[in-house]
Amino acid sequence: MKSQQNTVTVQKVLVQVALVVLSIAFLFPFAWMILTALKPLDETMKIPIKWIPSKFMWSNFIDAIKYGHESVGYYPFLVYARNSIVLCALIVSGTVASNSIVAYSFSRLRWPGRDLAFGITLATMMVPFPVLMVPTFALFRHLDWIGTYRPLWVPAWFGSAFSIFLLRQFFRTIPFELTEAAKIDGASEWRIFRTIVLPLSKAALAVVALFSFMGAWNDFLGPLIYLLDQKTFTLSLGLQFYQSQNGGTSWNLLMAASAMVIAPVIILFFFTQRLFIQGIAITGLKG
Amino acid sequence: MKKISRREAWAGYIFASPWLIGFLVFMAYPLIASIYFSFCDYSVLKAPVWVGLDNYKSLMKDDLFWTALKNTLFYAILALPAGMATAIILAMLLNTKVKGMAAYRTFFFIPSLVPQVSLAILWMWVLNGEHGVLNPILAKLHITGPNWMGDPNWSKPALVVMGVWGVGNAVLIYLAGLQDVPTQLIEAADLDGANSWQKTRHVTIPMISPVILFNLIMGIIGTLQVFTVPYIMFPNGAPAHSTYFYAVYLYDNAFRYHKMGYASAMGWIMFLMILVLTLFSLRMSEKHVHYQGT
Repeated sequence: MKSQQNTVTVQKVLVQVALVVLSIAFLFPFAWMILTALKPLDETMKIPIKWIPSKFMWSNFIDAIKYGHESVGYYPFLVYARNSIVLCALIVSGTVASNSIVAYSFSRLRWPGRDLAFGITLATMMVPFPVLMVPTFALFRHLDWIGTYRPLWVPAWFGSAFSIFLLRQFFRTIPFELTEAAKIDGASEWRIFRTIVLPLSKAALAVVALFSFMGAWNDFLGPLIYLLDQKTFTLSLGLQFYQSQNGGTSWNLLMAASAMVIAPVIILFFFTQRLFIQGIAITGLKG
Repeated sequence: MKKISRREAWAGYIFASPWLIGFLVFMAYPLIASIYFSFCDYSVLKAPVWVGLDNYKSLMKDDLFWTALKNTLFYAILALPAGMATAIILAMLLNTKVKGMAAYRTFFFIPSLVPQVSLAILWMWVLNGEHGVLNPILAKLHITGPNWMGDPNWSKPALVVMGVWGVGNAVLIYLAGLQDVPTQLIEAADLDGANSWQKTRHVTIPMISPVILFNLIMGIIGTLQVFTVPYIMFPNGAPAHSTYFYAVYLYDNAFRYHKMGYASAMGWIMFLMILVLTLFSLRMSEKHVHYQGT
């Protein structure tokens, strides 16, 4: 018994050591990003490597925001940030509104063909975006929407398989007795949806909002295809533009800009950790 | 089973209508149209002209198509097992009872939040040929690091390393799976004198096999479409087309060369590959995946 206890302790120590080493490895790129962002330019290129900046150049963050101002007459970073925020707001509100309504239908209303339609909906998750890319582009071109934000946010208002699935799983867990009683009292489906189902589903709605925000904030291919004017670029697209303009020279500013693009997502994560983890677990296990 | 009332059915259709419309306009129509376009010479600027199997025939003779396909499959063969093994090992470490677990879970998850563009730029700097930080660290461990971004043999492994870094999402899914493994099973194995490896191999892995299958299929779909990171890090698939991936070539055909018909044909070939690989995984898994009686 004694030896068994010893092995358990040894195992615990080994696990602890492995976790510490791996954590350092996983966090190191972030540390390197921040350290680079705080260096004067010449120190980013020192050989051998200068690990800690001789002085912390917080002004690099301001310079990164101002970067390009002289040539274009506006602050590209701020304009891109505003564009990203506007686009994210349109996409997140559309995703939450449309998918909650649709998921209500798939989970709590019965209609002929529903289960077949749901099966097809799930199958669409396997369709790769590149297959749809050309006809979708042709469609938006026909509507004269190229160069506007519409191709990026309008589809979000028409539902997406993943969010429908996630919300349906959740809506199904709400006891039917609750809604049956309201039905007998003559409440309309819309009323039941608004006053009973939605208020009970705040967590699930938040998960959907969170995932759609992440998707919209990170999206690169969409803006790359549809946005033409540099002034309309989102941060994802604009950051890439920064980099090619820079030719990789001012890595300190580039790292400062990158850090500012990553920061909102990480801050959001810290405030919503539990939701995040629940949401990811739902998608993996009940899939 | 109650008979469905007319009123309820109508409400059902109305509530589902955003998606029914969305499905028809943004999914069914593009899917069917892209089959048609794949048999056409089409530049978007002019109406499509039917050319039969020409696009598919020229693809078969297109060296760059084969390069892109080989690159993508080779990358998938490296990245999928590396990512899955790392994710499972991390999840198992995170499923133990040691101090500071909440912090560790956060540490491993955070990299997966990084937007693809920032990911690419950050790693371009870490792996930079002249001023990169990874090789000096490896040198301290007495390992001579390769020229990650300049050597065609190392550009794909570089992407694999980055993929492993962003594996946190899968870690969480595995972790949720591990937490569902009934403790009685582990205890029973303990009583039978099983060691850690035996418990992992014969109890834990079979119990989380549905999660592994799910992650495998999502991984296949994701890796075959890999676009943003190589597109930004390796312009034109540099070095020596070693990172010219399928989705990048497809994008180039569609939006750089305006060969939309050709790109559609590539899209359909990709879709069929995904279907075949998914069905194949499902088939292969029948023997190995163990479903709990739920």
